[in-house]
Amino acid sequence: MKQQLDFIITSNEALNENSYLLKVSPVNGETLQELNPGQFVQVLVQDSSAIFLRRPISINYIDKKSNEIWLLIQRVGKGTNKIAEMKVGEELNLLFPLGNKFSLPKPDKKALLIGGGVGTAPLLFLGKRLKEEGFYPEFLLGGRTASDITQLEDFEKLGDVHITTEDGSKDVKGLVTHHPVLKEKQFDNIYTCGPKPMMIAIARYATENNIECEASLENHMPCGFGACLCCVEKTKKRGNICVCTEGPVFNINELQWID
Amino acid sequence: MDRLKVNIGALELKNPVMTASGTFGYGTEYADFIDLSRLGGILVKGTTLEPREGNDYPRMAETPSGMLNSVGLQNKGVHYFVSDIYPVIKKYDTNIIVNVSGSTLEDYVACTEALTGLDKIPAIELNVSCPNVKEGGMAFGTSCASAAQVVRAVRKVYDKTLIVKLSPNVTDIAEIALAVEAEGADSISLVNTFLGMSIDAEKRRPRLSTITGGLSGPCIKPIALRMVWQVYKAVKVPIIGMGGISNWEDAIEFILAGSTAIQIGTYNFINPAVSVEVVDGILDYMDRHNIDSINDLIGKLDY
Repeated sequence: MKQQLDFIITSNEALNENSYLLKVSPVNGETLQELNPGQFVQVLVQDSSAIFLRRPISINYIDKKSNEIWLLIQRVGKGTNKIAEMKVGEELNLLFPLGNKFSLPKPDKKALLIGGGVGTAPLLFLGKRLKEEGFYPEFLLGGRTASDITQLEDFEKLGDVHITTEDGSKDVKGLVTHHPVLKEKQFDNIYTCGPKPMMIAIARYATENNIECEASLENHMPCGFGACLCCVEKTKKRGNICVCTEGPVFNINELQWID
Repeated sequence: MDRLKVNIGALELKNPVMTASGTFGYGTEYADFIDLSRLGGILVKGTTLEPREGNDYPRMAETPSGMLNSVGLQNKGVHYFVSDIYPVIKKYDTNIIVNVSGSTLEDYVACTEALTGLDKIPAIELNVSCPNVKEGGMAFGTSCASAAQVVRAVRKVYDKTLIVKLSPNVTDIAEIALAVEAEGADSISLVNTFLGMSIDAEKRRPRLSTITGGLSGPCIKPIALRMVWQVYKAVKVPIIGMGGISNWEDAIEFILAGSTAIQIGTYNFINPAVSVEVVDGILDYMDRHNIDSINDLIGKLDY
């Protein structure tokens, strides 16, 4: 069931000059309901006429022990700047959980999780879930430069991590689609989140190699729960559908990305 | 709770707070957040005779204290509404009102006729004011003659409460209101969105796929309030006021300006519980001001 709830910021850590990791916990102390990888929250950003709408943010991780949701915030505009600047002890109003979830691979299948930039956020939670379910996920993370690759230690705890940077400052130089792991290893499932051109390139790779592929989309969404019909994506069979309720996770075969 | 009861023609509302079409889906989208039976009414998503895919993405641009949209009446058509949506929502203990849109006169009439037999739809809101469709929509609501023509045609086939939703994109909104009242509208709701535009300066491109779209949110409230006041002075039928309402105080302002009921729109996205909070806030205001019935406040602007 969707909730509107106030959270308190228990930690706000700068991961690089643009990315901040906020940990938040319900103010009233209630235990977090069961949440799933791929789902997101809508953050209310108050105190400014310039920032009117809520901001959709992926659930990065759930820490059940400390009853915290982790939100990875990348400064991409006025709203995310404001959230990133919030202090420990300040309160944040969230609508959650919103959206569908990533589906699990079939038993014994091999999954590769490919993230670019802040798109790595939901993949940490997904990787954790896959590991809990007995899979051995691998990660392929891409950034412009070495400092863009955040939460590396957390990912490494869950499985092998492969990295590309556009400037070559860390590991393989280039885009995620250039990483040799894609040629060297066989994967049955790919999960991806990041800039749309990256996801489309991965969708093409997955289709050519007969790999099941799910992508998490980041269309602009005023409401986040299917009321405003603004965040639509074109599908092959169902026309325009809301990313916030039918997604954000889609099997790439359903979208009009590749024929 | 009779203190909050108001009448829109033959339609009785348990309180004056309704939710605006296009911002509230079919009500189901909000069922987790609020008790829908606490609302005076729900105006469901704009419905057309034929299914509509709506406009291309991007359909939204945030603006200071508001947003622009160009959804373009995406909906699965009135027959789908009757067969698949109505059976689910008819159980809600509130007034479910369908917002009817069309590209032609015949569309409006046929769409209305498909709804007349539904017991739990006691009223329709005729949308002659959508700014985001190429044909029909706002074109019908920007001249007295064409607005009157649509209302006349629909009135002939519809016996239940007929509300007409006006566009603010006109020179004299009171004139349009008088024209639709003369054709037998039971109530007038206003305002729909203001035609607006947003540009990404860095990219030198419009932010909406349709270039222009409808502006809503708190930024339009003062203009909407003024228009409600102008229409209130001109017509006798009850007015349903809307435009940027985000709290109980805004709602009281619209009631004082002449609204019998109000609709909350865009702010539902920010606070999905705002509608019921407004109901509570109105009641609290009435207690503080010793008002027995909300009807005693309608149009009671002291000036």
